[in-house]
Amino acid sequence: MNVKHFIEDKLLIFEVNEEIDHHTSERIRKRADYEIERFMPKKVIFDFKKVNFMDSAGIGLIIGRYKLTNSFGGELELVNVSNKLRRVFEMSGILKIIPITQNFSNEKTG
Amino acid sequence: MKNIKNEMKMEFASKSANEAFARVSVAAFVSQLDPTIEEIADIKTSVSEAVTNAIIHAYPNKDGVVKVRALLYEDEIEVEVSDTGEGIENIEEAREPLYTTKGNLERSGMGFTIMENFMDELKVESIVGLGTKVTMSKKINKALQKNTY
Repeated sequence: MNVKHFIEDKLLIFEVNEEIDHHTSERIRKRADYEIERFMPKKVIFDFKKVNFMDSAGIGLIIGRYKLTNSFGGELELVNVSNKLRRVFEMSGILKIIPITQNFSNEKTG
Repeated sequence: MKNIKNEMKMEFASKSANEAFARVSVAAFVSQLDPTIEEIADIKTSVSEAVTNAIIHAYPNKDGVVKVRALLYEDEIEVEVSDTGEGIENIEEAREPLYTTKGNLERSGMGFTIMENFMDELKVESIVGLGTKVTMSKKINKALQKNTY
């Protein structure tokens, strides 16, 4: 997973680049929590552009990071979610509270 | 009677690294039926859920063996995932969306709901102390059939 910090915007981007299941999600969770807790971002973005597979472990992963970010008033957003992944998220209803942005590019200035 | 076209069985240690191995193996096997990309994705996700359940719930404190059997029919796949672990006390409750006994592991409780929705049929049999068998099936090539009309 690539991690990008945009210090001025208090923005944290996680570019996940592996399959998300029970096995891999624990490592992703630990890394994400470490970054979120030390950086206390206003916004956390999970970029799924390079995720080819996700099962329900992804739902738990996102709900957990949503709660953590929310606990100090930060927002969480999902970007570049393929239809395949969206179907899994839709099962859980979390898309009612967590927004998805498509065609997101983080080639941000600065 | 449905004719079995092909069959495979595999068994592996209940280690989480094998979740990917199991779903990729079943996906490779079903490719003989020429499924759509969506159908393969649905099957992979469902197998991943069933195998993860076996690894987490059947053998919480020890290593065990998870078995996967897949049968191919003319236009259908049936997958069995079984273990000889702890078993499920209340299957109805376990199948409820969001029900989980492993909230501490951030399990979402959506495993059975996903299997139900992504496959056509799902059967769960379990005996406490003896093990669990999940059987699920899905019709393949619906898209192809549509094209021939």
